[in-house]
Amino acid sequence: MSASDEIWIVGIRMTKFGKHADKDTVDLAAEAATSALADASVTMADIGVIAAGNLMAANAGIGQQLQKQIGQTGIPVYNVANACATGATALRTAIMAVKAGEVRYGLAVGVEKLSGAGLLGGAGKKKNDADVWEPKGRYGAVAPVDGRIGTDAMPGVFAQIGTEYGHKYGGTSFELFARISEKNHAHSTLNPLAAYQKKFTLDQIMNDVMIAYPNTRPMCSANCDGAAAAVVCNGETLKSLSLAQRRRAVKVSASILTTDPYEAGCQVLPNVNTLTRNAAATAYEQAGIGPSDLDLVELHDCFATAELVHYDNLMLCEKGGAADFFNSGATWRDGSIPVNVSGGLESKGHPIAATGIANIWEICHHLRGEAGDRQIDNAKVGLAHVIGLGSACGVHILEKSAA
Amino acid sequence: MGEQIPLVDYLVLDDGDPHLRAQECASCGARFFDRRNACAGCFGSEFTAVSIPTEGTVRAFTIVTFAAPGIPTPFVASVVDCDGTQVRANLINVDPDPDHIHDGMKVRLATYPIGADSAGTEAIGFGFEPAI
Repeated sequence: MSASDEIWIVGIRMTKFGKHADKDTVDLAAEAATSALADASVTMADIGVIAAGNLMAANAGIGQQLQKQIGQTGIPVYNVANACATGATALRTAIMAVKAGEVRYGLAVGVEKLSGAGLLGGAGKKKNDADVWEPKGRYGAVAPVDGRIGTDAMPGVFAQIGTEYGHKYGGTSFELFARISEKNHAHSTLNPLAAYQKKFTLDQIMNDVMIAYPNTRPMCSANCDGAAAAVVCNGETLKSLSLAQRRRAVKVSASILTTDPYEAGCQVLPNVNTLTRNAAATAYEQAGIGPSDLDLVELHDCFATAELVHYDNLMLCEKGGAADFFNSGATWRDGSIPVNVSGGLESKGHPIAATGIANIWEICHHLRGEAGDRQIDNAKVGLAHVIGLGSACGVHILEKSAA
Repeated sequence: MGEQIPLVDYLVLDDGDPHLRAQECASCGARFFDRRNACAGCFGSEFTAVSIPTEGTVRAFTIVTFAAPGIPTPFVASVVDCDGTQVRANLINVDPDPDHIHDGMKVRLATYPIGADSAGTEAIGFGFEPAI
């Protein structure tokens, strides 16, 4: 592989996640983007393409709105939307442009204002029954079906994904899922950019408000505001940079995006497993790296029930062994494969379109040795995973620079 | 008493005992409950209607205690495996708590009235109830 085929992250930043009442999406996107540009020691004049995502206003053209505040240079903008994988999709889009040789530098940005958004998945407005029953839509439904035929809301969908795993392999319980949440909240206490840095006891988690059994409130991802941005270039461009820049650059050894292939039942309950497994398998192959080489993993713990299944899907454990794997302590920050040392989506927060770049920022932060109190010592290789229901899965494998 | 109408068109009320009906791909056998353009598995475009067994086992479930506005809680959402065909449905006629619901439990299809519209037509919903 020649240097022009290699992809490097030369600048990456996330904003503090949380409530930003005084900032709009453009403010947050601008903060992340200008910080990432400064981190890369480039300006908007160097950027050849922008890929940007803001899921809640996906038709508003966040990329162009951002340009109007930080630099209108006439370059192409790709506004992307791919559910919770929107940020990873933006980065992947910028990477493809660089890989195609069309631009020297690409900028990827993801931003969301989600504080106080409440339940996602089921629409926010009350749906009333009609005066006269009339079949509508692809199921010929005469009335709203959310709550009558299963649930559309995310906590319940992912709860079923967790209980389904237990049905297939055993070993799961309400307490086990709560312990995963306990871990991530404990990890968050070391992350100053997390929306919540509060440690919870197991009892507190299990006795908190039940949202969709077995997910209580602290076991659900936190809706919040935030943005993240990254600047990428290829290995040829990297060669022209200073030694200091090359040392802080992070190699993107694999950048993969998948959707869910057809399997029986996948249109009844979303199958988040196969597309993640496919993305991981392709990523490991592309990077020439196996799960045992990973020093840390940021995976999509939109709910505690989801984290468990992704241990298996990312092949961090043997098939069906996720409960034993977690119980071994492997995924705590002092374990063999620390998972979500940022606090994960349950405490760091989940500003949807920012998430897919923010978890890559977390990995980069450790690979650069800049993670302070939560630094995973000697981190050389990490994996970042996101999943958006519908479905889309992004997996990126990142390696520390040898420079 | 007016007429009845199923909540969804794949709930069959007028052909023997109430049951669900799927569209089965004529070439690969994949089953779907919605109106189809083609098969997501093999891209075939011919389907035949098949009746789904009315008994099954709970493959996945959640007890929803916090839902979108206007949706009564708690309710039990689940995926029921009906002899190899997965069905999305609520579990009904059972206490919505973890002591009474577990994966692998045997359930059977049951129907219930949702309400009548202004013309007096009654909508009929379905769920699965414990089979014992």
